[in-house]
Amino acid sequence: MQDRDQPLLAVQDLRTWFELRRWVFARAGYVKAVDGVTFELPRGEALALVGESGSGKTSLARTVLGLYKPTSGDVVFEGMPLSQLKKGQMRAYRADLGYVQQDPYGALPPFLSLRSILAEPLKVHRIRDKNEQDQRINEVLEEVKLTPVSDFIQKFPHMLSGGQQQRAVIARAMILRPKLIAADEPVSMLDASVRIEILKLLRRVQEAHNLAVIYITHDLSTVRYFSERIFIMYAARTVEKAPTESLLEYHFHPYTQALLAAIPDPDPKNAETFRDVPAGEPPSLVNPPPGCRFHPRCPHAIEGLCEVEQSPTFEPQPEHYVECWLYRDEKRVEEGE
Amino acid sequence: MAGNLLKVNDLVLHFRTTKGVVQAVDGVTFDMNRNEALAVIGESGCGKTSLVRAILRLLPKNVHTYTGNVFLNGVDTMKYSEERFRSEMRWVSMSLVAQAAMNALNPVLRVGDQVAEPLVVHQGLRKPEALAQASEVFRLVGVSEDFLGRYAFELSGGMRQRAIIAMALITKPDLVVLDEPTSALDMLTQANIMNVLKSIKRELEQSFIFITHDVATTSELCDRGAVMYAGQIAELGNSQQFYLDPYHPYAQKLMASVPTLHEKKELEFIPGQPPSLISPPTGCRFAARCHRRFEMCDQEPPLFELDDGRFVKCWLYK
Repeated sequence: MQDRDQPLLAVQDLRTWFELRRWVFARAGYVKAVDGVTFELPRGEALALVGESGSGKTSLARTVLGLYKPTSGDVVFEGMPLSQLKKGQMRAYRADLGYVQQDPYGALPPFLSLRSILAEPLKVHRIRDKNEQDQRINEVLEEVKLTPVSDFIQKFPHMLSGGQQQRAVIARAMILRPKLIAADEPVSMLDASVRIEILKLLRRVQEAHNLAVIYITHDLSTVRYFSERIFIMYAARTVEKAPTESLLEYHFHPYTQALLAAIPDPDPKNAETFRDVPAGEPPSLVNPPPGCRFHPRCPHAIEGLCEVEQSPTFEPQPEHYVECWLYRDEKRVEEGE
Repeated sequence: MAGNLLKVNDLVLHFRTTKGVVQAVDGVTFDMNRNEALAVIGESGCGKTSLVRAILRLLPKNVHTYTGNVFLNGVDTMKYSEERFRSEMRWVSMSLVAQAAMNALNPVLRVGDQVAEPLVVHQGLRKPEALAQASEVFRLVGVSEDFLGRYAFELSGGMRQRAIIAMALITKPDLVVLDEPTSALDMLTQANIMNVLKSIKRELEQSFIFITHDVATTSELCDRGAVMYAGQIAELGNSQQFYLDPYHPYAQKLMASVPTLHEKKELEFIPGQPPSLISPPTGCRFAARCHRRFEMCDQEPPLFELDDGRFVKCWLYK
C-alpha cells in the first residue's frame, strides 16, 4: 500500500443517524442525517457539497471532521479509519483539519484579541514557544492579507468588518497547517461584493498548500468558480457526483435539473416567465419515502420501480455518477469511485 | 418619470447614537408607478432597511432627523399625524413583509387568525368576514385553506413566508414593501415564492418595493432597479438598463461580482469597505473605492437624469 497513491480522505457507505429521544406520545426513531455516502477526496481538490437545508451536507462534514460518530461505515484519513483512532491520535487528526463556518462573528470569541484567538489552537496542540507562535501567526495573517500584522493582532472581532472577520476565521483554520479544510457556507453571511474576495482567498490558500477542501453551500452559482467536483445531496444521500463542468453541462438527476432551473441569473427577462419548480418538500429524514427519496416530487418517476427500490449508482459519463433509475441502461457502479 | 403611485423626495432619516449621528438615509429621491416592482439593492450598511423604516414610518426612539416628502397617490404622508398614519397608511395603503418575517408569526395563534388580524384591527371587520378574506388571500399565495386553522410550527418555512405575504396583502394595500423576503429560504422554496409574487403582481396589478442584497433574485420580479450606497441612491433605471448595462461605477462592479450559473464570466470584487454612515466623506461617497474617480469627485455629485430615463449620481454623466 503506497501512501502517495491513496486519497487523503475516503468515506465508505457512511451513515450518521441521530437517535430521537423517547417522547410520551411518539415512538423513538432515528434522524438519518447521512444515509449511505461514499467518496474519495485527494489532496489539492476542492469538492462542493450542494444541497438544501436538511439534505445532510453539514452532518456529513461534521462526521468527516470527527464531530459526530458514524453510525455505520467509516471515514478513512490517510489510510487510517477514524473509528480506530485513540484519543491522543484523534487530537492529532484534528490538527490536520481546518473548519470555517458560516457566521464569522459567531465563530470568534468577542473578548479575545486576534492574537489570542490565533494562539489558542497552537496552545491546545502544545506549541507553546512564543517565537514559534509569533512566526505562525504572522504567516497566516500575511496569507489572509490582514496586514499590517502588528495592527491586526491587537484588534478584537467587533473592530473588524464581516469580510475581515472571515479572513480571521480562515487564518485560524490554517494555523496548524491542515491538509483538509471544511468550509460550511463560508460566504453566505457576507455581502455580495465581498464574497468573491473571500472565495478567491480560499482558492489561493488551497492552491498554495495543496489542500483538500470540502465546500458546503446551497448557492450553486459560486460553485463553478471554486471547486473541481460537485456532489448534489438530497435527503441524506449524494444523488449526483461529477466534475464541475460536467455537472453544469449534463445534469442527469431530476433533482439537479430542478435546482439548476430554479436559480436565476440577473436577467431582466426573468420577470416575464414563471419558473418550473417541483411541488412538495424534501422528505422527513426520520421516515424517508421507500425507494428513491425524490420519487414523490419527480416528474420522471418510473412507476413500479422508483417508489419500490433505491437506485444503485450509474455512470452515464466518465467520472459522472448518478443515483437514478432513468440511467439503468448505463454502466452500473458498485461502490462509488 | 410619471410616479403616479409613489413619489419620494429628498427623504432623510438620521439616528442619534452614542457614537454620533448615523445618516442612514441621506437624501433619497425616486418615484414609482402603479403595477410596478422596484428593486432596491444594496449591501449591509447602505441604508436600505432604514429606507423601509422611513417610508413606513416605523421609527425607533432615537430619531435625530426625519424630513422630506413621501407622496402616496399624490398626498404627502409625511404630513400625517401619528394616528392618521396608523389608521390610514400603515397596513392599509402600505404594508411590509419584514426580514425573517416568517419567524415572527405568533406561535400561539392560529395562522388564519393572524393573517386576518389586519382586517379586524384596521378595518373593523368581524372575525368570520375577516377569515373569509384570509381564505381568499391564501388562495392567491397558493396555500390550502386547510392551513387557516393550523399553528405556525405546522407550516414549513416556505409556507410561513407565504402566510406572511398573505397578511401583507389582505388589506389590499397600494404598495407592499418586501425586505429580504427570500433570504432565509432554500433555492427551490425561493423560486416558489418568486412565482407567487409574480402571479400576485399579474392578478392584482400589485406594486412592490423589493429590498435585498440578492441581485439575481430581484430580476425575477422587478421592472426597475435602484442601487443604494452609503445612504443614497447611486443609480436608478429600468430593468434592462439596471441588470445589463449599469452606468454608475459601483453598480457596474456590483453586477460584475454576482456569480452566474448559466453564463461564464470573470468575477470581480470591490476592495475596501463602504464608508461609515456616522461621518460620511465629503464629495462622492464611492470615490475612495472607485476605479474611475477624477478631480470633480471631491464634490458630491447630484442625481443626474439622463435622456434614456435613468438617474445616476456620478460626475461621469454630467
